Amino acid sequence: MLKYLLEKEFKQLRRNPFMLRIIVAMPIMMMLVFPYAANQEIKGVRVSVVDNDRSTLSERLSRKIDASTYLAVTGYYPTYSDALHTIESHQADVIVEVENEFEKNLITSGVGRVMISANSVNGTKGSLASSYLNSVVSDYSSELQSERGLESVAIDLQKATPSFRIIPNYKFNPHLEYRIFMVPALMVMLLTMLTGFLPALNIVSEKEKGTIEQINVTPVGKISFVVAKLIPYWIIGFAVLSFCMLLALLVHGLHPAGSLLTIYLFATLYILVVSGMGLIVSNYSSTMQQAMFVMYFVIMILLLMSGLFTPINSMPEWAKWVAKFNPLSYFIQVMRMVYLKGSSFSNLLPHFFILSLFAIALNGWAVWSYKKSQ
Amino acid sequence: MKSFIAFIKKEFYHIFRDRRTILILLVMPAVQIILFGFAITTEVKNTNIAIYDPSNDAVTTRMVEQLEASDYFTVNQLLTNSAQINEVFRTGAASLVIVFGSDFGNNLYRTGEAVIQIISDGTDPNQAQMLTNYATAILSSFQTTLSSSSSSSVTATSSSSTSSAASYQIVPEIHMLYNPQQKSAFNFVPGVMGMVLMLICAMMSSIAIVREREMGTMEVLLTSPIKPIYIILAKAVPYFSLSVLNLTTILLLSVYVLGVPIAGNLWALIGVSLIFILLSLSLGLLISTFVDTQMAAMLASGMLLMMPVMLLSGMMFPIESMPPILQYVSACVPARWYVEAVKKLMIQGVELTFVVKEIVILSLITLGLLFISLKKFKNRLC
Repeated sequence: MLKYLLEKEFKQLRRNPFMLRIIVAMPIMMMLVFPYAANQEIKGVRVSVVDNDRSTLSERLSRKIDASTYLAVTGYYPTYSDALHTIESHQADVIVEVENEFEKNLITSGVGRVMISANSVNGTKGSLASSYLNSVVSDYSSELQSERGLESVAIDLQKATPSFRIIPNYKFNPHLEYRIFMVPALMVMLLTMLTGFLPALNIVSEKEKGTIEQINVTPVGKISFVVAKLIPYWIIGFAVLSFCMLLALLVHGLHPAGSLLTIYLFATLYILVVSGMGLIVSNYSSTMQQAMFVMYFVIMILLLMSGLFTPINSMPEWAKWVAKFNPLSYFIQVMRMVYLKGSSFSNLLPHFFILSLFAIALNGWAVWSYKKSQ
Repeated sequence: MKSFIAFIKKEFYHIFRDRRTILILLVMPAVQIILFGFAITTEVKNTNIAIYDPSNDAVTTRMVEQLEASDYFTVNQLLTNSAQINEVFRTGAASLVIVFGSDFGNNLYRTGEAVIQIISDGTDPNQAQMLTNYATAILSSFQTTLSSSSSSSVTATSSSSTSSAASYQIVPEIHMLYNPQQKSAFNFVPGVMGMVLMLICAMMSSIAIVREREMGTMEVLLTSPIKPIYIILAKAVPYFSLSVLNLTTILLLSVYVLGVPIAGNLWALIGVSLIFILLSLSLGLLISTFVDTQMAAMLASGMLLMMPVMLLSGMMFPIESMPPILQYVSACVPARWYVEAVKKLMIQGVELTFVVKEIVILSLITLGLLFISLKKFKNRLC
């Protein structure tokens, strides 16, 4: 029985050129365009300099700023309000204002002041830009110290006052590339959209065309009907995932640090979860438009609350609870952990159990809500 | 005129009698604003960190207390050997591990070669950098308190003042303009406004027009004595008024619930938004002249409008970080100019002269779209 149902589903899929096009085009777009667009990396911060001192030391500071990989000086302005105009018209991101008599103060009292004003409409950008500048400034001051032959004094000082060195160490992504962070999660986003939307439209389209009546009068059971609907999306999901991983390797040079088997095992489970969700929506909708709208709404919320773009850790308590009931957040974590950190299956056991629970609950609901009688 | 009003009434009935449409039109914008405002943040708060402290002396204990006391961190694991560091990252139990050098306290006071390693989970680069910055700031401020307390002895005071005179310190004074608390909502609200207005005006109005055609009711409308242009206008009026309603809700929610101020001129903001609403309506009209089925209208607006608006309008991802090709593409996304104008007018509170460029671009696009779609529409009627 199942065999014939599957044959029907595959024939329908094959004869729909639109589906095939989406299955090929979406991974290409996701892997080639998205990682470059969905980039929160902060580079090339544009700096406007207001140098009230115009001394050798202050000019060296602005040259040092310009030399930094993250920063670029885009203009020098005589007053702060002139520089503020460049921020207001989005031509610059940060203003560095060097105080009057900077060099003199530095030499006589040992303390020179620099004002850093960052446009922080985008909070992340503002705080990162100002911390880049902060580190340039502190590098510069230690450079000056060592130049003035203060090194010996500094060591003496260190002995006199207790001090320690702080060494930052970025594990798993030493060059801090944002693309590497996004690529595994974008695969999840794609899987969700394909294996969520397509089943949602599937049963509804049978309803709209009236062909579901014919199924309803056959001896096909509820479970085998739903299973026959699920299996094609399973296979599509696997194909798309493998295609994505191949593209990630070829384009971004990214291969999973953990085992492929773990990824496929979780993918098996996850596709079941999402397509179950799609089937539920389609069971409750009577037109394709309704199914489409509801899926739009649901997937949008799931994506935003999944930690795809922003960390779950930063969310308020209630939102963290919502994220706990979001299957996406688990699979995104799994993909990132396996891909980047090489987590093993035993590290991910809790995720596995939770996703299994989701799969059982949602597909059970899908079978239950499919009613053969009107 | 009377028949025109009757047509508008009909359109309103269409909308209000479909519960799902109302859900999309009125609830979705509010939900999005709330979600974006509260849940979608990149602020660092109570992040789990682990400590590996082989020396475990008085100084390190105090430093751990300092870290724990801050709002940024929660110490959730004390590691006993260095092999556990990898394990902590693999299970995702902590995103930062602070490793003190062995015999830290002794080294601190004798050799001056005490070392702290801050190991962060670099998978999320921005978070990793911010966490490292915060941890460094807390630890360095502890260092200053240490040195000031140790120099409180009589002789050290004078020496420390002379040493600072020779120490060439540059003190940076940091100001966060426009958004001192670095709330993410300030960045997202303009983007959500662009997205919601685009969604409602373009997608919903194009679907509404195509539906009449698909169902065959367009025939009936066209045979009525009213001019075709008024039919289209009557379609646009409800979506226009709903957009204005949504604009009001979004602004009220963001000011009173999210605490995002309107720093600039409210009327200028409303003016720009009205131009953008007109633009989206003409875009919807244009889409409806190209496609024949609701499904196609939905996919066209979903793929061609939603995705670019989400990705390329600068609402989430800074346009400056994109490769040049994508920056050019983003210049063709109308929402980008709107979002930029709103950021300037609403958050930064600049003079109207600074948004002239955006206003001119938006108006030109609107005129172009209106021209093309009206021309196309007439052709279809012939």
